Amino acid sequence: MLHVLYLSGVILLFVSLKTFPSVSSFHVFQYCLSGHPTLPCNVLKFKSTTIMLDCGLDTTSVLNFLPLPLVHSPRLSKLPGWVSKDGTLNLEKKELLDLSTIDVILISNYHCMMALPYITEHTGFTGTVYATEPTLQIGRLLMEELVNFMERVPKAQSATCWKNKEIQRMLPGPLKDAVDVWTWKRSYSMQEVNSALSKVQLVGYSQKVELFGAVQVSPLSSGYSLGSSNWIIQSHHEKVSYVSGSSLLTTHPQPMDQSSLKNSDVLILTGLTQMPTANPDGMLGEFCSNLAMTIRAGGNVLVPCYSSGVIYDLLECLYQFIESANLGTTPFYFISPVANSSLEFSQIFAEWLCHNKQSKVYLPEPPFPHAELIQTNKLKHYPSIHGDFSSEFRQPCVVFTGHPSLRFGDVVHFMELWGKSSLNTIIFTEPDFSYLDALAPYQPLAMKCVYCPIDTRLNFHQVSKLLKEVQPLHVVCPEQYTQPPLTQSHRSDLMLELQPPPMPYRRCSVLNLPFRRRYERVYIMPELANSLVPSEIKPGISLATVSAVLHSKDNKHTLQSVPKPPPVPPSKKRKRVIEEPPVVLAPKPLLSGAVPLEAFLATLQKHGITEVKVEETADGHILHLQAEDTLIQLEEDGTHIVCDNNEPLRTTLRDLVLRFLQKL
Amino acid sequence: RSCILVSIGGKNIMLDCGMHMGYNDDRRFPDFSYITQNGRLTDFLDCVIISHFHLDHCGALPFMSEMVGYDGPIYMTHPTKAICPILLEDFRKITVDKKGETNFFTSQMIKDCMKKVVPLNLHQTVQVDDELEIKAYYAGHVLGAAMVHIKVGSESVVYTGDYNMTPDRHLGAAWIDKCRPDILISESTYATTIRDSKRCRERDFLKKVHESIERGGKVLIPVFALGRAQELCILLETFWERMNLKAPIYFSTGLTEKANHYYKLFITWTNQKIRKTFVQRNMFEFKHIKAFDRSYADNPGPMVVFATPGMLHAGQSLQIFKKWAGNEKNMVIMPGYCVQGTIGHKILNGQRKLEMEGRSTLDVKLQVEYMSFSAHADAKGIMQLIRMAEPRNMLLVHGEAVKMEFLKGKIEQEFSIDCYMPANGETVTVTTNPSVPVDISLNLLKREMALGGPLPDPKKPRTMHGTLIMKENSLKLVSSEQALKELGLNEHQLRFTCRVQLQDPHSDTDTLHRIYTHLKSVLKGYTIQHLPDGTVMVESIVIKVSSSTEDPNTKVLLLSWSYQKVNKEATSSKILQQGTDSSPNHYLRKCL
Repeated sequence: MLHVLYLSGVILLFVSLKTFPSVSSFHVFQYCLSGHPTLPCNVLKFKSTTIMLDCGLDTTSVLNFLPLPLVHSPRLSKLPGWVSKDGTLNLEKKELLDLSTIDVILISNYHCMMALPYITEHTGFTGTVYATEPTLQIGRLLMEELVNFMERVPKAQSATCWKNKEIQRMLPGPLKDAVDVWTWKRSYSMQEVNSALSKVQLVGYSQKVELFGAVQVSPLSSGYSLGSSNWIIQSHHEKVSYVSGSSLLTTHPQPMDQSSLKNSDVLILTGLTQMPTANPDGMLGEFCSNLAMTIRAGGNVLVPCYSSGVIYDLLECLYQFIESANLGTTPFYFISPVANSSLEFSQIFAEWLCHNKQSKVYLPEPPFPHAELIQTNKLKHYPSIHGDFSSEFRQPCVVFTGHPSLRFGDVVHFMELWGKSSLNTIIFTEPDFSYLDALAPYQPLAMKCVYCPIDTRLNFHQVSKLLKEVQPLHVVCPEQYTQPPLTQSHRSDLMLELQPPPMPYRRCSVLNLPFRRRYERVYIMPELANSLVPSEIKPGISLATVSAVLHSKDNKHTLQSVPKPPPVPPSKKRKRVIEEPPVVLAPKPLLSGAVPLEAFLATLQKHGITEVKVEETADGHILHLQAEDTLIQLEEDGTHIVCDNNEPLRTTLRDLVLRFLQKL
Repeated sequence: RSCILVSIGGKNIMLDCGMHMGYNDDRRFPDFSYITQNGRLTDFLDCVIISHFHLDHCGALPFMSEMVGYDGPIYMTHPTKAICPILLEDFRKITVDKKGETNFFTSQMIKDCMKKVVPLNLHQTVQVDDELEIKAYYAGHVLGAAMVHIKVGSESVVYTGDYNMTPDRHLGAAWIDKCRPDILISESTYATTIRDSKRCRERDFLKKVHESIERGGKVLIPVFALGRAQELCILLETFWERMNLKAPIYFSTGLTEKANHYYKLFITWTNQKIRKTFVQRNMFEFKHIKAFDRSYADNPGPMVVFATPGMLHAGQSLQIFKKWAGNEKNMVIMPGYCVQGTIGHKILNGQRKLEMEGRSTLDVKLQVEYMSFSAHADAKGIMQLIRMAEPRNMLLVHGEAVKMEFLKGKIEQEFSIDCYMPANGETVTVTTNPSVPVDISLNLLKREMALGGPLPDPKKPRTMHGTLIMKENSLKLVSSEQALKELGLNEHQLRFTCRVQLQDPHSDTDTLHRIYTHLKSVLKGYTIQHLPDGTVMVESIVIKVSSSTEDPNTKVLLLSWSYQKVNKEATSSKILQQGTDSSPNHYLRKCL
């Protein structure tokens, strides 16, 4: 039996109030805040800097909600309610640490920043967010779209009481078992989006950004989407690579920069493909042929998709395909509040595109062929199904629209409109949602369903090749990657097998990364450097003793010459020496080497000590200075001067011995 | 024109490779024999960096790379890489195809030259080789103009190219972080001018154009195809719209359409306002400005024509100028700087009779106006950039000597840094004083920082001691103990022992204990321990007692200390003197 639950426009997000005791510096810790391997949220503590790596919003839990229809739907409102079948909830964010202590957030691509307003707003966050320009602009569009989808649907009422623990207990099925639903949050507002995005500082690939002088971070092209990046987090002696959502396939973005990942101490690996068994090229072919088949039969094609990303490749593919498939007259519609912006923005990021597209800009021509599709009226874009679209709409047609979860956005309307006819086809291309769950509330459904998930991110084969290439000392990854998928437990090729084995993490886990920090950079000022006297101690190795004053400022250390002490005014009262505490003077250098007997005897002679009786012992010699009644024991690793109360003699002997030894 | 060679930390970099518009002979290209007399430059240059697409900054590039010979990397931004070959080709056409000159680069050479170009993104740190890194900053001036920061080790140079510190209608202002270069090489085209406010200049310009149109005159505005042209187009477009004017505005053909397309595709390089609104309305789609055709020049009635090139030295602008020069109702507005020797320069200097090719002369009757719309930094802007970057030395290029002299004085006075202004072919040497980067062992650093306390005390600086190990290219600073360990050396112990005899009838243990108690009372502030192995330690001085073999009442006191451990030999002798040695009898008496 299905249970009734209508939750309007309430979207997930997870925040718990548990805080974690502060962690000492000089250690590298990694906190994992998200269990979703493709929507990561990790926090790295490195040299007293707290760095959040991505903040993806896991929207799979919207599958627990009823679709939000744009047009009043008698069917949906009569539906006895629906909840997802398996009821598992990928909960998004659990807080192990105080968000206000986060110094910086590094964003790797626009899909991984959707939770940004939840982190930066109303939490006391005062840090900086770093992202590339395409990531910021397209991320803004996606957030704007999400807000728009939520806000344009008038909500009759919004329930919040159900989040109360007592009431939740009474709720049916999977919701009852859902963990921490009280931390699910409402969708953010545009105002919050703008405020959050105003904290973003733009960076370019390979730009070196200094954080507090302690750490340097730098984004690298990851090849997955426009402006997508992996990050290098390093100091002079340690290097952490954060690999998230990377692709080695030739699609529109700039190719992945692999060589800069070399020599990493730790490589954090997230965002692998969610469809390890689906070949993107094959899926693209299937997409095209199913599309053509439906159109030829007089049906419509619905493609639920995000407004940026794979859609550019789909359009490019169709651009080449429609002539040959004789679809020249079929209208293509792209409906989203940000459709126009997304198409326009894609054309202006030449610097972030693959070489092929870059050279088009030099001609100058728009890098993406969808410009031509728009010019020739084959592709039309509309902000929503209302307005111009309703009057210009012709069937059969192809519609690209969101949201891929089928729970909100214009896609809901098309499901209602086309679901009843078996002529129509819905083609799923986004891998983020289970298509069966997505379709559940629309059942029974007559329209054809085709599942062609296109996920260009790294698969396990590519990852192991990559790791062989860049050879990190340690690999850290979500635990899901260390075992085969539950449904295909025999496929040992669908997991990471590495030597040494990767360090797995799960949601809310805290890892102590295997780092041994041993060195730090310090700068010797020119004046001091000139005063150093190096001496060669072994061929090719020289030593110099350094006495200097250490200045540490903004995590930068410099060594300066010791200033000459100011002349002490002679004090009138002499304190009794005996009461004076020990004065800390320059410590004596360490000695090394051995005193050669013959040379030492010669030197003694030069200083007027002639009556020396030498006696050989097991470890060296004992010199008896007969006139002075003094013994000098010379050994490989030591010299012992036994001399009774004769301070001047002792000093002389000491200096003579020191001449033969190396001082460190 | 600009072409600067920088040698820094053993690397040689060529900054810009410009040509001189005023010459038609060998002098138009830089004299590369300055670098090497024979042959190719590849071995002598590590890289070439082009700041922007103006020909006085990149015009000699194909000549240098293809005719003189250079195969190394050439760095420029994406827009520069896109636009530069078009301007070069355009320029080549004018010189070779129209003037019939030989000994000039060919189209193929331009293509081959561009293949050597590596595109540069803003703020991206490009590692040219292991030691040399460069980073580009936004410079305003024209689309894609960049300043570059060049760094080798701890030495660095910033080269500004041409830049503009005030945002205009289509570009943003130059910006650089506080990178504290050893030398800042800045252009100084407007070294003394503090230009009046931009709005005044624009109003002036519009007024002049308007007046001329009103009395039925034709207005010629010679411009570069890209850069000021777009700025003035935006200005006139909005004015026409507001005043509802009907007179046609033309833009000389060829480059126009293309040029505007570049602006649309590289919209990220324009100013914030244009970037924000480009989806709704692209500023580079003009309503009132149409493409020009040669025949329009003879049309009756008023019109405004933008024509290239900007200095009236050749091409369409010169043709139109010749046609219109005889009529005093017409006007030519020079919106930018003109190089000596060009017609633009001549008419700006008031010359009214021009000698043209083929001995003909041309009477200039039309109005000549100069309006500085070049987006160069003025004196105020240059000072502002110095404040931003905080260089240790300043070098002025690309300007007129007298004006530069004045600015030099001002810079030296205000910032107390050295300022140089080398003439063409002159070399300036600036000595830097770099600090030496060293890897300090974290143990040593942490120990030192813990001892130093959270805040340094300027009055009592703590002295840190360590050993610097120099091995191959690495410099490591470690504690002396660690240095010994790392080098596999044994420590050499230097110890001293001193004997003191006492008369004391007690047993050895008792004597030792009595010594211990006594020392404790006498030596305050010292650590004194009685150890179970029958020794007393004063700090690290070991005291042992043994009886003489002959006389059990004669006790021998052995004081032993190490050279390193006892920081103060003074201490040990003090103990000797105060406690025991100076008056054993006294001591003995006390003990007993």
